[in-house]
Amino acid sequence: MRHLLNRVAATLPVMAVVAVLVFLLIHLSPGDPAALIAGDTASADDIARLHAALGLDRPLWSQFLLWAGRLAQGDLGTSIFTHVPVSRLLAQRVEPTLSIALLTMTLAVAASIPLGVLAAHMAGRWVDRLVMLFAVLAFSVPVFLVGYLLIYGFAITLGWLPVQGYVPLSKGVGPWLSHLILPCVNLSLVYTALLTRMTRATVLDVLHEDHIRTARAKGLGVVAVLGHALRCAAIPIVTTIGVGIAFLIGGVVVTETVFAIPGIGRLVIDSVQRHDYPVIQSVLLLSAGLYVLVNLLIDLSYRLFDPRIRA
Amino acid sequence: MTMTSPAPASAAPAATERHARRSARRRRWMRKHPPLILGAVLLVLVAGLSLAAPWIATHDPQALDPLARLAPPSAAHPFGTDALGRDLFSRVMWGGRASLVVGLTVAVLATSAGVLLGLAAGFVRRADGLVMRLMDGLMAIPDILLAIALMAVTRASLTTVIVAITVPQVPRVVRLVRSLALSLREQQYVEAARALGTRLPVILWRHVLPNMVTPLVVQATFIAATAMLTEALLSFLGVGLPPQIPSWGTMMADGRNFVAVAFHAVLFPGLFLAATVLSVNLVGDGLRDALDPRLSRQL
Repeated sequence: MRHLLNRVAATLPVMAVVAVLVFLLIHLSPGDPAALIAGDTASADDIARLHAALGLDRPLWSQFLLWAGRLAQGDLGTSIFTHVPVSRLLAQRVEPTLSIALLTMTLAVAASIPLGVLAAHMAGRWVDRLVMLFAVLAFSVPVFLVGYLLIYGFAITLGWLPVQGYVPLSKGVGPWLSHLILPCVNLSLVYTALLTRMTRATVLDVLHEDHIRTARAKGLGVVAVLGHALRCAAIPIVTTIGVGIAFLIGGVVVTETVFAIPGIGRLVIDSVQRHDYPVIQSVLLLSAGLYVLVNLLIDLSYRLFDPRIRA
Repeated sequence: MTMTSPAPASAAPAATERHARRSARRRRWMRKHPPLILGAVLLVLVAGLSLAAPWIATHDPQALDPLARLAPPSAAHPFGTDALGRDLFSRVMWGGRASLVVGLTVAVLATSAGVLLGLAAGFVRRADGLVMRLMDGLMAIPDILLAIALMAVTRASLTTVIVAITVPQVPRVVRLVRSLALSLREQQYVEAARALGTRLPVILWRHVLPNMVTPLVVQATFIAATAMLTEALLSFLGVGLPPQIPSWGTMMADGRNFVAVAFHAVLFPGLFLAATVLSVNLVGDGLRDALDPRLSRQL
């Protein structure tokens, strides 16, 4: 319990730093934030009005306290462009993004762990070489290029899957899934490559250890030995899954653009073009919060894999 | 006093023999690391094409030809044309410069900033907490989102794109440098230098930095690859380089709306970008394995 509280407390300074960085973001830019928000066509009058409305005439620390105070109460602010509360905007967009993220993660974990174990088992042989070639290619080819290749091949040429767009889950699982297959396969490639490399490296390390030699010597089968090895390799692999969340969140922005999916990633890009800072700030904060939360949970899960880890 | 000539006649055969042995060893070393050689050759090829763009390009990369819009690849236009009728072959040749400049600059900037901050965190106790908390905060924000947000508050230019891509990469270098610094700090030669009263900057320069070069070079290579991909991503999303700078990313962004009718407009710049990033990744993997096999777990 003490351990749990310590871990949770350790995330607070990280989130505080994130909050300060996100707050300072608009003030980092050279020139007047109000002028930036108002855009190129705004008159001096508009800018002055915006200046007062945003509280930009107060000292910086007081602006920050005001903003952080509202944030603590769950108020993410109001979109400058649509005049809708940011929390409502995000709620409208969260379903497609969450669907992509969860499905991608499931695909990636399901593919990478067998692949990584196989590559480690076959280390140095052509299966291993092939898996490693796939990994370096997945890291090098831009996500959106693969996305367009998938659209061109499976949607336009073969006509098996819809080209773009999103259908909510409430309209049926079939249409929902068929619109998600291509974007999720696309996005999972990079994540799979990352996890496969990590799985291969850690399992390979464990395979050289004494207890594995003992297991082999007493005649345990290949599958059982690899199972032992995988369990010992669990912590680095699970850690990589957590670090990869950042990859995933970033990748969603790109996939949503390629596949014309109206999710949070698309919202961010639209907001950049509209200079809608409250939306951008909220998404940064929430994704950092999600990253910190997932990594906290993973940190706490270590004791499931390794009973030696106590407080 | 006269200097004796460095290679007297009698020593010449020995010298050539030594030379032959050394070059044989080099050949063996190169055979052992095919990815490194493949990556280096590919990279030199792409860099050569980009540098030679003014002579290779068959057309002005910005010249519009409204009559030949979205033309498929042909003898006159080997890669076809884009939506404004610009020759894609010439644009792809010119576009490599932006990627290479961004990759190289970001790698140098992020590594330098990371070394400064990482050394401060590793050797100056008071700076450690502050620097590392700041880095933890930066690492919590996904790279691409942070770069997008930085582009949102500035005007698009080559400089702002480079800065926006550099900032999210710095924490990675800082962590690496700090962890190296913490172990180097305990080395006897560092303790000895300190006991002799050597000033900290001299210790860092003479005893610490030289021992960090290998992992830093490997790390910088991977940063360059990431930076080139990120530049293309930002441009593709419409928040990267301004349209007047031809880059593989902006070309693919231009082609985005015509995927169904003119796939070549996305494909060719994409293939060149992928080949370049692949070459840098191969060089990074190869250097890591060749210079220090122990590193392969950490990076």
